[in-house]
Amino acid sequence: MRRLPLSLVLAALATYAFLYVPLAVVVAYSFNDSRLNAEWVGFTLDWYRLLFQDEEMLLAARNSLLIALVSSLAATVLGTLAGLAMHRWRFPWLPFLVITPVAMPEILLGVSLLVFFIQVLHLTLGLLSVVLAHITFSIGFVAIVVRARLAGMDESLFEAARDLGATPWQTFRLVTLPLILPAVVAGGVMAFTLSIDDFVITFFTAGVGVSTLPLQIYSMIKIAVTPEVNAVSTLLMLLTLVMVLLAARLDKSFMRGGT
Amino acid sequence: MIAGFDLPDAGRILLDGQDLADTPAERRPIHTVFQSYALFPHLTVAENVAFPLRMAGRPAAEARARTAETLDLVHLRDLAGHYPHEISGGQKQRVALARGLVNRPRLLLLDEPLGALDLKLREAMQVELIRLQREVGITFVFVTHAQPEALALSHRIAVMRDGVVEQLDEPSRIYGFPKNRFVADFIGNCNLIEAAVAAVADGGLRLAAAGLGEILAPADGQSGVGDQGVLALRPEQVRIAAGGLALANRFPGTVRDFLYVGDVTTYKVELDNGRLIEALLPNQAPGRARFFEIGDRVEVGWPKEAGHYVRD
Repeated sequence: MRRLPLSLVLAALATYAFLYVPLAVVVAYSFNDSRLNAEWVGFTLDWYRLLFQDEEMLLAARNSLLIALVSSLAATVLGTLAGLAMHRWRFPWLPFLVITPVAMPEILLGVSLLVFFIQVLHLTLGLLSVVLAHITFSIGFVAIVVRARLAGMDESLFEAARDLGATPWQTFRLVTLPLILPAVVAGGVMAFTLSIDDFVITFFTAGVGVSTLPLQIYSMIKIAVTPEVNAVSTLLMLLTLVMVLLAARLDKSFMRGGT
Repeated sequence: MIAGFDLPDAGRILLDGQDLADTPAERRPIHTVFQSYALFPHLTVAENVAFPLRMAGRPAAEARARTAETLDLVHLRDLAGHYPHEISGGQKQRVALARGLVNRPRLLLLDEPLGALDLKLREAMQVELIRLQREVGITFVFVTHAQPEALALSHRIAVMRDGVVEQLDEPSRIYGFPKNRFVADFIGNCNLIEAAVAAVADGGLRLAAAGLGEILAPADGQSGVGDQGVLALRPEQVRIAAGGLALANRFPGTVRDFLYVGDVTTYKVELDNGRLIEALLPNQAPGRARFFEIGDRVEVGWPKEAGHYVRD
């Protein structure tokens, strides 16, 4: 193998540094035994201990997880169905309808959902409205991933299943679903991570009573970026990392027979 | 339409006298071997083969026995636990066949199944298919664009053009007695010589071909004086010599081109009326196998029993 030119190596290193140094700083300061994010004093787990005693923060975390779990599950089911529909029936406006919420500026989606929930549904803003809002913007992501997987597949697989005696439902359960499962899982994980760190849409649809992690962090940094914020950010990072690794792992085991 | 993925606008699809036109694909006693094989990538070879048995609700023990038996039939027992992406094209082909046969359908539809294989493997699979068909005794409907494959594998061939059956016959009749120009031209190589019937006599036809003169051809039992048509003459029926052919039909010409393919050489000879005729010469003599050069004056000829007259 040829040696990489030094300039290329440096450019790559600079890029990775740009991406990861800020994250590393947050992680490092979450263990710093000082109120100020200024200089390294010593190692401590105090901020984490403080975090786990912070009732508001715990409640926000619980809300975030609940919202992410429910909305990503619902979005996975609906998004998968939408992806299948887009693949099977080529209505020209169907992809447009499904994907528009993905491309729509979040602020717009947030405002319109707020108006819709209050004026049309007369819904009290709370967990339910946040979950509904998150489902709305997640469906499109799942649908795109599922549809891309379907597009790369040999159509005769489904015909073969029917031909060999499978009913449409059996074909879906025994052939279609196992084959698109990696995409379904990937879409679900994507929906989960989108939900757990969403700020703008959540901000508009949460109302006064409900807080989530991003909302809580935002309200804390209005005062100052405390080490506690660093700690909660580190945990959020860890969760995301675990999700990504999990998805990659699942994907590989399901991909063993991939086309 | 045979498999049930397309529905006919009108008419019936009969299998042993039973109309299947309204039966959905999954309930027809017909299985298909797809050109792409369509093996389920998430299932092993054995699971693929067992799929139709599972769908038919067979007990697990019976399904296992039948799967093993069918895998033996296609010599794939050793690969039962492999996934489709771990086996070769020829092996996939045999898995697809086993999967189609395991449930003993009344009919197996093979949609250009050998198209993706290389030539050697293709020929081996042709022999394999004939053996399989003989052993299981199930009707195979074999769709192909490769005419030699159709001739080699079939008991009966339906030559189709634009969805219409042009001729349904045994291979040797399709090849030797094509019903029309299309069939003659489509199956194998064929010289089509325009000619009109001048007389019917002595169990033969006297044909008049523009620029060539009289041609003697075997009677077809239906053409009469004045009919227009073509004489379908296979290249292997046409002899080629430097001169002095003792044949009923012989014409002088010039070698324009030839194609050496090993076992035989095909010559394109331009007759003096400008018509090109193909003659096939087996390369029996050892050593250098080319006898005529481009530009050589030669004589082509064929006996009066050769060829088949096709009325328009």
